[in-house]
Amino acid sequence: MSTAQQIDTNSSVDVMTDTDQYLTFILAGEEYGVDILRVQEIKGWDSVTPIPNTPDYIKGVINLRGTIVPIIDLRHRFSLDEIPYGATTVVIVLKVNNENGKRTMGIVVDAVSDVYNVAAEEMKPPPDFGAISIDYVKGLATVEDKMVIVLEIDKLLNSGVMDSTESLLQ
Amino acid sequence: MAIDITQFHETFFEESFEGLDIMESGLLNLDIGAADNDTVNSIFRAAHSIKGGSATFGFTEVAEFTHGMETLLDEMRDGSRDVTQTSVDTLLQSVDCLREMLAASRDKTPIDTERAAVLKGELEAILASGTNGSTSESTHQEPATPSSDTSASHEGWMIKFKPHHDMLRTGNDPVRMFRELGDLGELSVVVDISQLPVLDDLDPEESYLSWELTLKSDVEIEKVKEIFEWVEDECDFDISEIKSEVPEVDQAAGDNVTESVAEKEPASSTQIKPVAVKPAAGTKTSASTDSASIRVSIDKVDALINMVGELVITQSMIGQLDCDFDDFDNSRMEKLRDGLTLLERNTRELQESVMRIRMLPISFAFNRFPRMVHDLCQKLDKKIELKTTGEQTELDKTVMEKIGDPLVHLVRNSIDHGIEMPEERLAANKPESGTIELNAFHKGGNIIIEIKDDGAGFNKDRIKEKAIERELIASDEHLSDDKIYDLIFQPGFSTAEQLSDISGRGVGMDVVKRNIRELGGSIDVTSEEGNGTTFTIRLPLTLAILDGQLVCVGDEIYITPLVSIVESLQIKEEFVNNIAGQTELYKVREDYIPIVRMHDMFGIDVERKGLEGGLLVVVEGDGKKAGLLVDELLGQQQVVIKSLETNYKRVDGVSGATILGDGTVALILDVDGLIDLSRNPPTPGNKPDNLAREVA
Repeated sequence: MSTAQQIDTNSSVDVMTDTDQYLTFILAGEEYGVDILRVQEIKGWDSVTPIPNTPDYIKGVINLRGTIVPIIDLRHRFSLDEIPYGATTVVIVLKVNNENGKRTMGIVVDAVSDVYNVAAEEMKPPPDFGAISIDYVKGLATVEDKMVIVLEIDKLLNSGVMDSTESLLQ
Repeated sequence: MAIDITQFHETFFEESFEGLDIMESGLLNLDIGAADNDTVNSIFRAAHSIKGGSATFGFTEVAEFTHGMETLLDEMRDGSRDVTQTSVDTLLQSVDCLREMLAASRDKTPIDTERAAVLKGELEAILASGTNGSTSESTHQEPATPSSDTSASHEGWMIKFKPHHDMLRTGNDPVRMFRELGDLGELSVVVDISQLPVLDDLDPEESYLSWELTLKSDVEIEKVKEIFEWVEDECDFDISEIKSEVPEVDQAAGDNVTESVAEKEPASSTQIKPVAVKPAAGTKTSASTDSASIRVSIDKVDALINMVGELVITQSMIGQLDCDFDDFDNSRMEKLRDGLTLLERNTRELQESVMRIRMLPISFAFNRFPRMVHDLCQKLDKKIELKTTGEQTELDKTVMEKIGDPLVHLVRNSIDHGIEMPEERLAANKPESGTIELNAFHKGGNIIIEIKDDGAGFNKDRIKEKAIERELIASDEHLSDDKIYDLIFQPGFSTAEQLSDISGRGVGMDVVKRNIRELGGSIDVTSEEGNGTTFTIRLPLTLAILDGQLVCVGDEIYITPLVSIVESLQIKEEFVNNIAGQTELYKVREDYIPIVRMHDMFGIDVERKGLEGGLLVVVEGDGKKAGLLVDELLGQQQVVIKSLETNYKRVDGVSGATILGDGTVALILDVDGLIDLSRNPPTPGNKPDNLAREVA
């Protein structure tokens, strides 16, 4: 018991200093991470109400205890093949910042994986790969010999989704 | 013991502004020459509490200014002064000035002392102009005290102050009072400790001291007395005037030279100092001033509490049903059903009560009109009587705030263009004084506001001419009366022969219409040449809830606002016509309306491609009609409007979302937007995923 607590305090101290915690999830066999402080909740996949005339990757909106939250299919967003939603398919509800304030959005992923502590210096800058723009990747972390792609969710979820808002507001 | 007095500022300002409103409406109701005592009293009370409050909170300029008004009102109150048009007008202007001063104090911006000084001078002049009746001698002395007396011999006040033993127990602190006195002028205090008992006998809660205070200042005795107002009954108190034989130059009275108007100079010059300091002290932003609050009558809160009480009772009633479902017999089933019925009723009532909190009587919006009519009449030399009915009709606060400006505009228009000059009216066999009626009432889930004048009415030919001139209509076009009147809502349309600074620039009617539309309402106008014009504004009761018709398109449910639905009908192929093989028109009686295929608009797959068997919901938005092709009509229900924009963005053709009884989200259709969208259809298919393109 006491050791467990010991470790807990240690890790929280770590968080305070130079490591961040990331929630990771699986998408087409790869592990991606998001800042855990941005995660509001994780919920099972449920049906959504589609919104007309929006990009395909916007699955629609759900009712999250009285607020309307848009849901984005990350497979679609990354132009991956679609797979049928199964038992492990989850929606990660994230708090996203943009110029106009905070928004709540959900992303559909294949499954949630784990929570890791990653020290800032362990994070490698992403190489310029072709698949998705490096703007959306904060860095690559190696955890237990696995590569975790840490996403920049503000940029990822605002681009495309919110760009059109701006043009609409003009 | 330091209480942060600023926390009460908000309340003080709110109350003061209310007080000003009371004063304003009271003043407008005053009959010149024969003032009703109650009215004068209520005006006086409002002025008095503003003065008291501002003095307490340290807004000395406001307090001093209000004092002048109060003195004048006091004289009106005790009948020693007649209510004249001049004094009422000056008081009205003072109310305006006071409102600005208070607003400036609230926003911590410099106060316009010049205007205050001018008005103060006018007030003084009225006060100095003498009163009527026997009391003139005494009343005259009051306002004159700071002026003529001071210039001669007045040097200050000698105050003997001996609190009763138990004065301290009532929370009155002599030190505070002395500090206030100190603010009035040079104060010297001599304490008499002869009554002080030995320490052993001393009761710390009793007061044994008495004081002799010498205040060297030219303030009026009233001011001094006011400080002791609260303790009058709890002390021996004597105040006498100190007179010096030689008028001293070093006294503050040094600047009192000429007639009474200029005599207020010392007061206004002392005002400048705190004003200059204020902005520096007030670097804290005044953002908090926007924090909206509403006053809710205690009845409404009580009703709410009752409701919650009942809800708790119902909850415990249901809770008591043992939820052991194995032996769930009929009698329990019955109880459960009863409980749920009760719960439903409670919830509905609770909802209504909560909504009612946001509701304010429309008099909040109507109140500004008497003043406006009064001022404009003077300016234009017209005679207009304003009648309002239904001031108690309640309206959502948000709606109320947004309807204010359009109403002002309409009333202004009526005064400026509607009502004719008195001589014209007499020539047209109408009573000399025109009438503008403001009526508010409920009608079928809507609030109706009518603005009715008995003026000249619209000149249809002139409107048509103007419209042709501006190429809004063709010169040979035949228009129904309604269509002609609708023209005035076109941007830039004005039939006023000459522009005035009141109205007539033609900016406005289109804005009025747009504002009302934004609130989900509509505006109609009827007019009879020579007999007047009536504007009818129809507003929803609240913005948060909407009456909707649920419609089915494919598997999706959408909500159409009930207000925009004209009718719903089953499609018959023989009434469908095609234009150029593209636009489909449907013949509804003598009208042809375009068909909007919802499936195509929203990219929803349906098996049935033809029109046969579909339903057409005829909607009207922005004056244009269209038929929405849907698969099925479901029920009608009230829905709570949720914003899509909070977490997403605006979507064309959709005005918001709501949550249905089963917890799923349904989108609310934006009828205007849909009609526009159907004219400029979105690029077919969904926008491609542009991520890959961005990378490349």
